[in-house]
Amino acid sequence: MKMKKYIIVTLLTLGALATYSCSDDDTVTPDEGSNPTFDRGVMLTNWADNIIIPSFTDFGTKTSALEVATQTFVDDPTTVNLESLQSSWFNAYISFQEVSLFEIGKAEEINYRIRLNAYPTNVSKIDDYIENGNINFALPSSFDAQGFPALDYLLYGLGETNEETLGFFTTHTNADSYKTLLSSVSQTIHSLTEEVITSWTGPFRDSFVANIASSANGSVDKLTNDFIYYYEKSLRAGKVGIPAGIFSNDPLPQNVEALYKGDISKELLLASIETTQNFFNGEHFDGTTAGIGFKDYLDFLNTIKEGDDLSVLINQQFNIAEEKAKTLNDNFTIQIENDNNKMLETYNELQRNVVFIKVDMLQALSIDVDYVDADGD
Amino acid sequence: MNNTFTTYYKQQVEAAPLAVFRVFFGVMMLFSVIRFWSYGWIDKLYLQPSFSFSYYGFEWIQPLGIYTYGLFAVCGISALCVALGFKYRIAVILFFLSFTYIELMDKTTYLNHYYFVSCVSFMMIFLPAHRYFSVDAYRNRSLASFTVPQWTIDSLKVMLTVVYFFAGLAKLNSDWLVEAMPLKIWLPSKYDIPLLGDLMQQEWVHYAFSYGGAGYDLLIPFLLFYKRTRWFAFAVVVVFHVLTRVLFPIGIFPYVMIVSALIFFDASVHHKILAFISRLFKISKEKIDALASFSTKKSISRIAPITIAVFLCIQALVPWRYLAYPGELFWTEEGYRFSWRVMLMEKAGYAQFTVKDTQSGKQFAIDNRDFLTPFQEKQMSTQPDFILEYAHFLGTHFGSQGHKNIAVFVESYVALNGRLSQPYIDPKIDLMQVKNSFAPKDWLLPFNDKIEGL
Repeated sequence: MKMKKYIIVTLLTLGALATYSCSDDDTVTPDEGSNPTFDRGVMLTNWADNIIIPSFTDFGTKTSALEVATQTFVDDPTTVNLESLQSSWFNAYISFQEVSLFEIGKAEEINYRIRLNAYPTNVSKIDDYIENGNINFALPSSFDAQGFPALDYLLYGLGETNEETLGFFTTHTNADSYKTLLSSVSQTIHSLTEEVITSWTGPFRDSFVANIASSANGSVDKLTNDFIYYYEKSLRAGKVGIPAGIFSNDPLPQNVEALYKGDISKELLLASIETTQNFFNGEHFDGTTAGIGFKDYLDFLNTIKEGDDLSVLINQQFNIAEEKAKTLNDNFTIQIENDNNKMLETYNELQRNVVFIKVDMLQALSIDVDYVDADGD
Repeated sequence: MNNTFTTYYKQQVEAAPLAVFRVFFGVMMLFSVIRFWSYGWIDKLYLQPSFSFSYYGFEWIQPLGIYTYGLFAVCGISALCVALGFKYRIAVILFFLSFTYIELMDKTTYLNHYYFVSCVSFMMIFLPAHRYFSVDAYRNRSLASFTVPQWTIDSLKVMLTVVYFFAGLAKLNSDWLVEAMPLKIWLPSKYDIPLLGDLMQQEWVHYAFSYGGAGYDLLIPFLLFYKRTRWFAFAVVVVFHVLTRVLFPIGIFPYVMIVSALIFFDASVHHKILAFISRLFKISKEKIDALASFSTKKSISRIAPITIAVFLCIQALVPWRYLAYPGELFWTEEGYRFSWRVMLMEKAGYAQFTVKDTQSGKQFAIDNRDFLTPFQEKQMSTQPDFILEYAHFLGTHFGSQGHKNIAVFVESYVALNGRLSQPYIDPKIDLMQVKNSFAPKDWLLPFNDKIEGL
């Protein structure tokens, strides 16, 4: 055991030295003569320190602002405060697209993504809360009646206009319940986010970065699986495929993200595509530098394999899908009802990258899709 | 000729190697069952899935629900009885049946070494492995014997030779030898392994392992047969299998192969092993030896050698059945299983099924997670017989929900040994119209490359 530790420490030190020696030009491959190696520890450090933690920290300020704006509105429900709250909600919702991908560690443990963004929101459960006042957001049965979609309903779905909406928080018989619910949802969003941030800024970061193993429990393998799951289920299926009716007999326009606000579903989708592409390329959250990511790992492995340049294909496909998505209406409900074909086309472009990422990239990285805990031969 | 054959057939040798083989095989299998059980794999692989993939012709073999545990218990207990040589014949038959039943329940879990266990346990039904150092021989003097026919031991050696040699032949292809694939994919990810880790990203290591692996498989049985190289060969066996254990998740297979290789050694080695076991369990080996040496030569049923001979001939032929199929074996997998093609390819796939009502024209895509475990989905998406079986399952499933005129299509991609993924199944084919059979699968799209070799 001691021996093993010693070896790991030595390897890490050597890895750090090797990284240091070539960090000035930011390449993975050291100069000629020595053999090229790829250090997953460097990639994990980049993921944690330059992408994940800054993303969550930034999102934390947005959820904090959301909580404050909610409190201001609850204390003083005016049109101005409602508009201010709506704008905080929008900022936070866009920003959530930049962290939703990282469902690992604490986030995974507390069902972060589904608690913040299960849509369509369950209106009858929300109405039931209002009537009976029983709220326990920690229960799985309430996951689809909280988070951003619940706020979407409370801020845009109650009335046709902001004046009408305001009425629910001022003159409605259950105005107090509406206010309480609004506060609880915003608070829960923020407190869950704080939990995740606390975990990342605590010991989790170090254990995440240190776990360079190529087993199912290794950080690279886990986050890669999370990346694929997010891209396939949340982005491709959730935002486009399901509402467009890919998985059902008919289109489901009521299943779009931000149904009640309406005209932001495209913006949410684009933010999500950008996040996944940036993460693929290892780009820092601040957008200034490209660190080490999947792209570099694939490029490194390709120097051994001399095959097709997968990172180029994947980036091209991201760009094509993004261009396609840009042609959509801001409001996906309108898009689906008027011309669902454009939604289907966007889905198809997103789908092409599922194949590249889930089949080709995983094979190149020699990572099993999902944890398949069984013997091989 | 006839005379040589008769002499060989009648040739008696010491029974110790067969006894040691029986003991170790039984213990390994008992351990294997316990390990499988303790990892929760019975539940995970046989109870949780709502649907299991069957072997053609064995669709009637299905997981038994909660009784599957009972099946594993039978398998484990009979393995222990085999090790002890207690009611050996019944035990080994029960072991063979229960183990093989388990393997036939879901082909998702197919592994060459499980097939190897089935083959060996089938052979053991016909081998007198209980005549020496067994409870049976201890309790029944007329059964005890110091010797067994030479062919009974040799048949196991031949079986092992078949496994290694065909595994070696299968590696003589351009992907393995020219591209060092799939080791070039697998090894770099193992860079965190202590001491060897740094080497795993070196290209020359991938080639060294490829050529080393092929050479090992082709030569090792012969080096084990030949007395002068036997100890060296055994050392190589140990190093090779321990290395594969370190690098790949292959369970207890390395240990099974290591102890199986002992069969090549002379009886003197096995007597030492038995003496060691006797000391360990405070058994009197002298008493066992005395009982056995009193006995006269035992006759053996005529059926046994004939069965074993036919079985080994089949073993030598089955790996070649792929020649009867057109197309690339690695791509179509027609004739891939049961042919000792071990660690030979890295295949990844993606299969998106669409269920269509041909009357209304309405269609919807399937989320495979609704029906399959991740493991099943992974295996399904690269193997055509799985894809067809799953398509029929989907068609029947949605048919029984009141949908009529169901057609099932699949859009699938497969990447093989580092090549870019390419379309796998013809997406225009309604898989509900395709019947499962041994006929070539013409609904597969052709492989856009060539792999040279056997």
